[in-house]
Amino acid sequence: MVHTTPRRFEETAIIIRQEEIADDIYSMWLRTDQIAAHAKAGQFVSVYCNKGSRLLPRPISICEIDRRDGAVRLVYRVAGKGTDEFSGMHTGMQLKVTGPLGNGFPLKEKPAFLIGGGIGIPPLLELAKRLDCEKQIVLGYRDELFLLDEFRAQGTVFIATEDGSAGTEGNVLDAIRENGLSAEIIYACGPAPMLRALKAYAAQKQIECWISMEERMACGIGACLACVCRSANKDAHTNVRNKRICKEGPVFRAEEVEF
Amino acid sequence: MNMKTKLCGITLKNPVMTASGTFGSGEEFAEFVDLNRLGAVVTKGVANVPWEGNPTPRVAEVYGGMLNAIGLQNPGIDLFIERDIPFLKQFDTRIIVNVCGHTTEEYVAVVERLAGQPVDLLEINISCPNVKEGGIAFGQNPKMVEAITKEVKRHAKQPVIMKLSPNVTDITEMARAAEAGGADAVSMINTITGMKINIHNRRFALANRTGGLSGPAVHPVAVRMVYETAQAVKIPIIGMGGILTAEDAIEMILAGATAVAVGTANFNSLHATEEIIDGIRDYMEQYQVADISELVGSVR
Repeated sequence: MVHTTPRRFEETAIIIRQEEIADDIYSMWLRTDQIAAHAKAGQFVSVYCNKGSRLLPRPISICEIDRRDGAVRLVYRVAGKGTDEFSGMHTGMQLKVTGPLGNGFPLKEKPAFLIGGGIGIPPLLELAKRLDCEKQIVLGYRDELFLLDEFRAQGTVFIATEDGSAGTEGNVLDAIRENGLSAEIIYACGPAPMLRALKAYAAQKQIECWISMEERMACGIGACLACVCRSANKDAHTNVRNKRICKEGPVFRAEEVEF
Repeated sequence: MNMKTKLCGITLKNPVMTASGTFGSGEEFAEFVDLNRLGAVVTKGVANVPWEGNPTPRVAEVYGGMLNAIGLQNPGIDLFIERDIPFLKQFDTRIIVNVCGHTTEEYVAVVERLAGQPVDLLEINISCPNVKEGGIAFGQNPKMVEAITKEVKRHAKQPVIMKLSPNVTDITEMARAAEAGGADAVSMINTITGMKINIHNRRFALANRTGGLSGPAVHPVAVRMVYETAQAVKIPIIGMGGILTAEDAIEMILAGATAVAVGTANFNSLHATEEIIDGIRDYMEQYQVADISELVGSVR
């Protein structure tokens, strides 16, 4: 017999509350005792649809963890039929959830940039709450702002918007430059072009950079090899230059991965 | 009630196994599923050397199913023997290794490396729709099916299962060719080639453009093909294709499958295999079936 201490759990979660916090962006608090007890900032959960025609779980990053109440908060964008189904659910309804999945962010005590773009912003909130250091939080939005007050409670916040309706007009790097900011470590989550730019910026400034990656997933636990990303070196598990985002990631040292 | 299943001279504790590619080598699922309960674990395809697989996105969901084009990424036989087989040996289940290659020589190289290994059966993947050479190229021509089966059989120390593709005009012709080549069993069906297009950005959903369709959407096709094949060959059939529930598995057995494999369902529920085993037992109780073998091919 093989005995392992479980670190990941399959739970029937109950929706505590759900609200639309911006256009098509929903915030959902789920009662999940085990997942809440074990989750770390930067990890994600697999949320299963109740509708039988949708077979694959949706990977959604954890935005906040409330250990005392045994709850996790998911903030997600309605991007398809699965997330549309979730967005129509309300308090008291149930969802099957597996987690916490993936590795999460490392917590280092040095002056940090927390940089989020779009729907990559939510997982940085729990990170901001956990990090005990000087935090400059740089958030890039398309237009509509969300989670802003929560972030302001955790550190200094700088904003970039594509249309210039708030903060710096442009992207997160434009906001860093315009405000003359610097830090010794980057934690980032957001679209690939943003992560690519931050990887180059970190290399140029010679600072540590951790990025959270995203990819289409199937199993969510590392078995199916759907969600790989190209790695700089041969990965110990896959034995090729591919890392599993759901298992070795989603958080990587920027120089570990090529994208 | 007896769920024990004889397959190519090997006894499985029940007829439920995992479908190759959906379960890795069991390590990740073992955190959630008691592998000791499974009839067998069928591993992800392994080649003579590591394969990197296809670019991403590699999967897309479709109504009642999914498309995949992983492209047989695998760590190669050396690491597989060093790490994956010893892992599986810790459990009281049968080990079926899925073998892939670009050429006959590559298949044979893997089969030879497995000859001295504690592996119960080999499943030869001549039906992957997502690689350019090998895979399905071997599985769409009966002469090639027979030839590669013969060659594999010449080198194999374990019984050989040939995994068949549904992407052919007549799958029974391929099953007969495998039987003629000396196959001990056939497994079917591999995925059905499909395509999905994102209408918002007008791009292919998969980087590979096409992928293999699996899940409940393919189940009736698989049941029909298993039934037809059961009429055409004497060797046992491992039925797979969209089995999501015990009812689906029983249907496949009634159509003529000696054992069944559960694939895409593992993504929908980490415990799919266990739930299906329990459900088959319940069915046998309900209908007073003393031995699972009574059900095989018993559709009237």
